Amino acid sequence: MDTINLSEKTDWAFIEEVKKESGQNPSLCYQCGNCTGGCPYTQYFDYPVSVVMRLLQSGQKETILKSKAIWLCATCETCTTRCPCDVDVANIMDTLRIIARREGKVAEKDIQLFYDSFLDSMKKHGRIFEMGILMGYKMKSGHFMGDAELGPKVMSKGKISLFSKSIKGADKVAQIFNRFQEKAKKHG
Amino acid sequence: MRVGVFICHCGSNIAGTVDVAKVAEEARKMPGVAYATAYMYTCSEPGQKEITDAIERDKLDRVVVAACSPRMHENTFRRTVMKAGLNRYFFEQANIREHVSWIGLDKELNTKKAIDEVRMAVEKVKRNKPLFSTSFKVNKRVLVLGGGVAGMQAAIDCADGGLEVIMVEKSPSIGGMMARLDKTFPTVDCSICILGPKMVDVAQHDLIKLHAYSEIAEIKGYVGNYQIKIRKKPTYVDWTKCTGCGLCMEKCPTKNAYDHFNFGAAPTRAINIPFPQAIPKKATIDPEFCRQFVKGKCGVCAKVCPTGAINYEMQEEIITEDVGAIITATGYGLMGIENFKEYGAGRYPDVITGIQYERFLNASGPTSGHIIRPSDHEEPKTIVFISCVGSRDKSLGVPYCSNFCCMYIAKQAILTKDHIPDSQSYVFYMDIRSPGKGYDEFTRRAQEEYGAKYIRGRVSRIYPKGKKMVVRGADTLLGTQVEIEADLVVLGNAVVSAEGAAQMAEKLHISYDTHGFYVESHPKLRPVETNTSGVYLAGACQGPKDIPASVGQGSAAAAKVLALFSKDMLESDPAIANVNINTCVGCLKCVKTCPFQAIVEDTLRNGKKVAKVIETVCAGCGVCTSTCPCGAIQLQHFTDNQLLAEVNAICQK
Amino acid sequence: MAEKEYAYFCGCSLEGTAKEYDESIRAVMKALGVGLVEPDDWSCCGSTPAHTVSHVLAAALAARNLSLVEKMNKDVLTTPCPSCLMAFKKAQHGMTGSEEFKVEVNELLDEPYNCGVESKSSLQIIYEDIGLDAIAAKVTHMMPDLKVAPYYGCILSRPPEIANFDDPENPVSMDNVLMAAGVEVADFAFKLECCGAAFGVPKREMVNQLSYKVLEMAVDAGANCIAVACPLCQQNLDLRQGQVNSTMGSRFNIPIIYFTQLMGLAFGMSPKELGMDKVFVSADKITRRITKAEYEKIKEEEAAAKKPQKAKKEAAAEETNN
Repeated sequence: MDTINLSEKTDWAFIEEVKKESGQNPSLCYQCGNCTGGCPYTQYFDYPVSVVMRLLQSGQKETILKSKAIWLCATCETCTTRCPCDVDVANIMDTLRIIARREGKVAEKDIQLFYDSFLDSMKKHGRIFEMGILMGYKMKSGHFMGDAELGPKVMSKGKISLFSKSIKGADKVAQIFNRFQEKAKKHG
Repeated sequence: MRVGVFICHCGSNIAGTVDVAKVAEEARKMPGVAYATAYMYTCSEPGQKEITDAIERDKLDRVVVAACSPRMHENTFRRTVMKAGLNRYFFEQANIREHVSWIGLDKELNTKKAIDEVRMAVEKVKRNKPLFSTSFKVNKRVLVLGGGVAGMQAAIDCADGGLEVIMVEKSPSIGGMMARLDKTFPTVDCSICILGPKMVDVAQHDLIKLHAYSEIAEIKGYVGNYQIKIRKKPTYVDWTKCTGCGLCMEKCPTKNAYDHFNFGAAPTRAINIPFPQAIPKKATIDPEFCRQFVKGKCGVCAKVCPTGAINYEMQEEIITEDVGAIITATGYGLMGIENFKEYGAGRYPDVITGIQYERFLNASGPTSGHIIRPSDHEEPKTIVFISCVGSRDKSLGVPYCSNFCCMYIAKQAILTKDHIPDSQSYVFYMDIRSPGKGYDEFTRRAQEEYGAKYIRGRVSRIYPKGKKMVVRGADTLLGTQVEIEADLVVLGNAVVSAEGAAQMAEKLHISYDTHGFYVESHPKLRPVETNTSGVYLAGACQGPKDIPASVGQGSAAAAKVLALFSKDMLESDPAIANVNINTCVGCLKCVKTCPFQAIVEDTLRNGKKVAKVIETVCAGCGVCTSTCPCGAIQLQHFTDNQLLAEVNAICQK
Repeated sequence: MAEKEYAYFCGCSLEGTAKEYDESIRAVMKALGVGLVEPDDWSCCGSTPAHTVSHVLAAALAARNLSLVEKMNKDVLTTPCPSCLMAFKKAQHGMTGSEEFKVEVNELLDEPYNCGVESKSSLQIIYEDIGLDAIAAKVTHMMPDLKVAPYYGCILSRPPEIANFDDPENPVSMDNVLMAAGVEVADFAFKLECCGAAFGVPKREMVNQLSYKVLEMAVDAGANCIAVACPLCQQNLDLRQGQVNSTMGSRFNIPIIYFTQLMGLAFGMSPKELGMDKVFVSADKITRRITKAEYEKIKEEEAAAKKPQKAKKEAAAEETNN
């Protein structure tokens, strides 16, 4: 690992940004490791949760935003529930994902694509069209064969529809997305 | 009237943010002020000489010092004016440090406020009356609350100093937490072997009277003269007859009573003697479990007792003791572990507390010193210790460190290896706190010589897997999750205040913090005194503390009592309530509101009913003066006239 | 007419892959005298993906539905899906906690949401509002072969400040509901351990490993069925059980059944009505039913057979005591 010059490479503005958007104070963390100990995903993370918290305390913006860890977090709330310092850690992870997305630094492209397919389907139909999401994701990610064996199984139970169906107010849901995007553009 | 005003710089403490010269200049213009000056350190010897010289030179008859809080130097300056021939109550101190210079940065505003403070003090001091103390006799007996190591040390030191000691212990035996320990850190010497002699000293000392299995029902009085009501709880065994033979315990058919002494590490009998070295070594019946009480029939112990000591009809008894001082050594409690659902504590028998483990280690414990896992009584080979279970945990309202868990866990890891050579101990810790003499070396020894594996991180989850308990936590130094398949898990649960600590503090009229620990008079300079004179603190009732610190405090509290009792007479504070019998209408509202029961009804010779203040009992709190509908009861040195003069002084401008 | 009536949000999954959850909830609620009314033209709650874009957007997508409920003059919304529940609860928490946030959210909506709806899981309604006695009173059949591991999933009771229901580390509501329905429940340590469902599509192997742990623990606990309350958990553990077996080399064949399906079976409903045919790992073998009367008769016979032994033992104990 490289030496981190803390005098030059501490991004104080980033710490403040996360603080403001999450409403959490990273200084409360005393690095006990309970979050890492309880996290079901620690073994898949490039940086365990407590290290993400430490990187945040030291203002290491780039490392955090480019980490896979923030995208592999499933918001299962174990860390938040057990934090002895009352830090809503899951909320911080959520906030870090939002910032990573905003700055175009998502390390886990597949997960982002899956989420995007989900949101696209929602925007288009008002509700989730499961087959649509799956197909959308497969097209964008190029993972055509992933879970291929499950398709016929689900079909046989009559659980998944091949045809999309939109709600009456689908345009109203789309409006929510549009207004959000306009506002986001306005504020840069 | 000629008032002298002395403004203190207190180095830069006051002068840094208050224009002291300006304050002195303004003071000179105040009516009645004959002299005013500013000085670098008024409390220093030359500073005090400045005051005495000015009193003589300018014929001053009242003095105001504007400086720090009167809690710091009021007595200093009262002595100074006394030396110059004035009554000590012809002095007022304006607090322009804690109330002004330390809390504001705006020099102009500060200076203005300081001038107001001085004006108030001047107006008050002009109305001050000379007051004189009376003397009263001291009852040179001391009450020690709690028979743990701190209380025992205090009792022995007081008694060795010639004082009569009354010790009240709530459980059936003295010894406290230390009597439960197997060994003590960092010397690994046998706890009861060093405590036993002290317990015997308490029992055998001519000047110590022990009331075991007793509680404080009521405390009345004041420093030098307390009346204590002690509730002796029914033991259902006549202790004058009980020989401590233990036959009753052997034959008792109830085998599932909760063992308070062993913290529930194993069940006990409904009639029991807590441990072999108990003092007094007498049996007590637990009516919560005893069949005679629960089902209304049994009587086995009464049948087998060779001396006929069993008495199911025994009632509680209230006795009275008069003392002059009280040492509070009521100890601490331990946080319940049922809160830790993620550890399965309370559900899984093989997740236990440190004190329970200590009882397993102890030769006089429920397993005769053999370490077992409670689920199947097998010898555990892999033992995981977890520190900070509840301590330093803001989410549970315990932000503080419990002080001695790091050390006892290291000790237990060492002892585990001694007991089971082929065992492996793991210790999860956040920080190792070992600042005492020989302490850090000891925690190193646990790792270097005894092979305990220390893992820096917290445990997040414990769950059963077959016969094992899986402990899942983090090793933050490795930056990873770790799992250990343990046979037994020992939780270093947090130290909390003793049960009923707050209620006891209220009986004693002493302060306690948000966690229920008692507050000392000054955190550094008055560590065993309380804000109630005559009441002292020793041991963990003040905060988590290990044995040497508790013993030290026990001795310190004893020294304070011995110093207090070195005089035959104590001087009363004359700043107490006083009834004007001409204006008192005898409504006696003050009798009801007085928190110290210091006011009684009195009948004058002409038959008029009035209130009367018992001077020695009155604490000068002033509640009565605000209750009195006709202003007949006045707190000396804080009369309505004096206080209103101060109010007028700040409202004038 | 129903005694109680709730606004009911089934969520997108229950229209598709979790149809049987919806069917069984409706059947059970009807039997218990509870009416469920869907808000007209409800939309997706936004779930996890919306939260990776913006807290405000996520809250707005959820709040659109909550404002529909306000229009129905209902103050409680129940949803079977923990993911929808969390989206609603987080929107509510954020909007009641900060006026600024509320304004921002409402700016995205056509109809502002006034924060007048409390969202509760359907499990919570069944456990707290209907109650165990009412459940027990409806039981007509017992399933003597069944032993269930109750699996709550990660967010039904967490984080406690937001979920405000049951215990965040050892929840017992589903245990108690199933026991009231006469179902034998195993002491299951992984009630809350995450199964990874959210990443089923993009992170298959990781999810298979996480699911493996949950399945293994259930089998270790002696269970032959896992009861679930979350459509994502069900789909993940059931549909992907074959994947788990091939990835991990295991041979699990444990049915993953919604707790409402088990309740319905105990209430004597037909498996078809409860969508029992829609799960992939069949529960037919373990859900053999006998009537309550038959069951009690068997138990009585068993007790009678044991009685002489017990009396003997008690007498012996009395002997040693005296």
